[in-house]
Amino acid sequence: MTLPPNTKRFLEEAGAIAQFTGRFFREVFRPRYEWSAFIQQCYMIGYKSLPLVGLTGFIMGLVLTMQLRPSLIDYGVESELPAMVGIAIVREIGPVITALIFAGKIGSSIGAELGSMKVTEQIDAMEVSGTNPFKYLVVTRVLATTFMLPILVLLGDAISLYGAYLGVNIKATTSFSLYYTQVFNNLSFSDVLPAFVKSFFFGFAIGIIGCFKGFHSSKGTEGVGRSANSSVVLGSLMVFIIDLIAVQVTDILGFN
Amino acid sequence: MSNTEAAILIQNLYKGFGSNQVLKGFNLRLNKGENLAVLGKSGSGKSVLIKCIIGLMQPDEGEITVLGESISSLNQDHLDHLRVKIGFLFQSNALYDSMTVRENLEFPLRRHWMEISDKETNDLVMESLENVGLAHTVDLMPIELSGGMRKRIALARTLILKPEIILYDEPTTGLDPITSKEISDLMNALQKKYNTSSIIISHDMNCIQRTADRMILLVDGIAYAEGEFDTLKASTDPVILPYFE
Ligand SMILES: Nc1ncnc2c1ncn2[C@@H]1O[C@H](COP(=O)(O)OP(=O)(O)O)[C@@H](O)[C@H]1O
Ligand SMILES: [Mg+2]
Repeated sequence: MTLPPNTKRFLEEAGAIAQFTGRFFREVFRPRYEWSAFIQQCYMIGYKSLPLVGLTGFIMGLVLTMQLRPSLIDYGVESELPAMVGIAIVREIGPVITALIFAGKIGSSIGAELGSMKVTEQIDAMEVSGTNPFKYLVVTRVLATTFMLPILVLLGDAISLYGAYLGVNIKATTSFSLYYTQVFNNLSFSDVLPAFVKSFFFGFAIGIIGCFKGFHSSKGTEGVGRSANSSVVLGSLMVFIIDLIAVQVTDILGFN
Repeated sequence: MSNTEAAILIQNLYKGFGSNQVLKGFNLRLNKGENLAVLGKSGSGKSVLIKCIIGLMQPDEGEITVLGESISSLNQDHLDHLRVKIGFLFQSNALYDSMTVRENLEFPLRRHWMEISDKETNDLVMESLENVGLAHTVDLMPIELSGGMRKRIALARTLILKPEIILYDEPTTGLDPITSKEISDLMNALQKKYNTSSIIISHDMNCIQRTADRMILLVDGIAYAEGEFDTLKASTDPVILPYFE
C-alpha cells in the first residue's frame, strides 16, 4: 500500500516529533543538570513575554466585557456580567490567548534561534566540546516554557480581569471589591484547576515544537525562516488540539 | 612508517546519504606529529570525512581509530573524553553568536569547571587569545569581528584544551589571500608550539604547501593518491593534474 506523499510526510513528522519528545524525557532526569542555563531561559522566556501577555490580556478583558453587555441586557441579566466574564477568562480565554501569544513570540524565537545555531554548526560545536546540546539547549528551553506559561496565564488572567472591571465600569459603577466578590463567588476550584493544568501542556507543546523545528532546520537563511514560521503554526495548532482534549478529559473526570 | 604510532587510522570507510554514496572505501593514516592535508573538490565529502572522525556522523561501514580507540565502540562518556584531545575548527567557525569572545572560549572548559578555578579559566582564555594575537577582543561579540578575526577566535577556542589532534575544515576558504597566509602561518606556529598532529581539509594550495607534510587526494570517495606536495605536483596523471593548475 502506498500512502499519498502528504500523508506520508505528515506521519513521518509526527513520528519524528514523538521520538524527539521521548528523547526529552530520557535526558531530563539524567545528570548533569544545566541549572544556570535553565534559570537564564526562564528569565528570557517568562519575564520578557510579560508586557505582551499583560497588554493582550487587558485588551481581551475589556473588549469581552463590552461585547457581552448588550446580550446580557437583552436577557435582563446585566448584573451577571462580572460572573460571565470571570468564567470566560479563567476557563478559556486567558489560557488560550496567552498560549497563542506565547507560541507567536517564544515559539518563533526558539525555532529561529536553534535553527540558526543548527545551520551555522554551533550545535555541532557544542557537541564536540563535550556539552550535550540537547540538554543544554532543548531540555532547558522546554522546561522553561512548561513552567513559565502557567505563571504567565495566572498573571494574564489577573490583568484581564482588571481590564474587564474597567469594562464593567464604562456604563455602570461597581466598586472593585464588589466586582471582585462577584467574580470569585462564581468561580470554583474546578474552573481554575483544569485551566491551570492545561497551561503546562500548552507550554510543553510550544517548547518541544520550537526546539524540534530549530533542531531540524534545513540549510540556509530560508530554512531558518521556515523553522520559525512552522514553530508558530504547529505550536498554535497544538494549543487548540490540547484544549480540545483537555475539555473532554475534564468532562470525564467530572470537573464541571 | 608503520613503526610509528598512528594518531588516526581510517580503514575502508563508507558513508552515504540515501542514494548519494559519498565515501566508498576511504583509507587514511595520520602519524603522530604529522600534518596531513586532504584535498578534494567541493562536495567530494571532505567535511563528511572529518565529521565521521569526531563522531558527529556515523559511518555506514569501516573502522575509525583515534589515539588507539575505535570511535564506533565508545559510549557517550568515553567519546566526550576522547573529544577533549581532538580540536575541531569548523568551516563556518561556529562561534556562539549570543556569547562574547570570552564566553565562547570558556565554553569548552565548562565540562571541567570542578577541576579548574576561575583564575585558571581566565588565564587559559587570555593565553589562547594571545596565541592568536587577539587579547583585546575578549569582551566583544563575534558579530563585531572581521572574517579573519573570527577564524582566529575559532582557532583559539579549538586550542584552549590543548588538543593532541586538530581537524581543520577549510581553514582559509572565504578569506582574502593575505589573511589566508596569516592563518596558515598561525596554524604552523601553533602546531610547533603545542606539538599537535593535524588533518587539514583544504583546496587552497598555498595553505596546503605551507602547513602540510603530506597530502591525500580525495576523488570519488576514495584516497586516490597520496604523497608529499612536490611528488603529487610532479604527477602526470590526468586526474591529479587539474588540482595543481
Ligand atoms: N547531513 C547530510 N545529509 C545529506 N547529505 C549530506 C549531508 N552532509 C553532506 N551531505 C552530502 O555529502 C556530500 C559531501 O558533502 P561535504 O562533505 O560537505 O562536501 P565538502 O567536500 O565540500 O566538504 C554532498 O553531496 C552533500 O550534499
Ligand atoms: Mg566542507
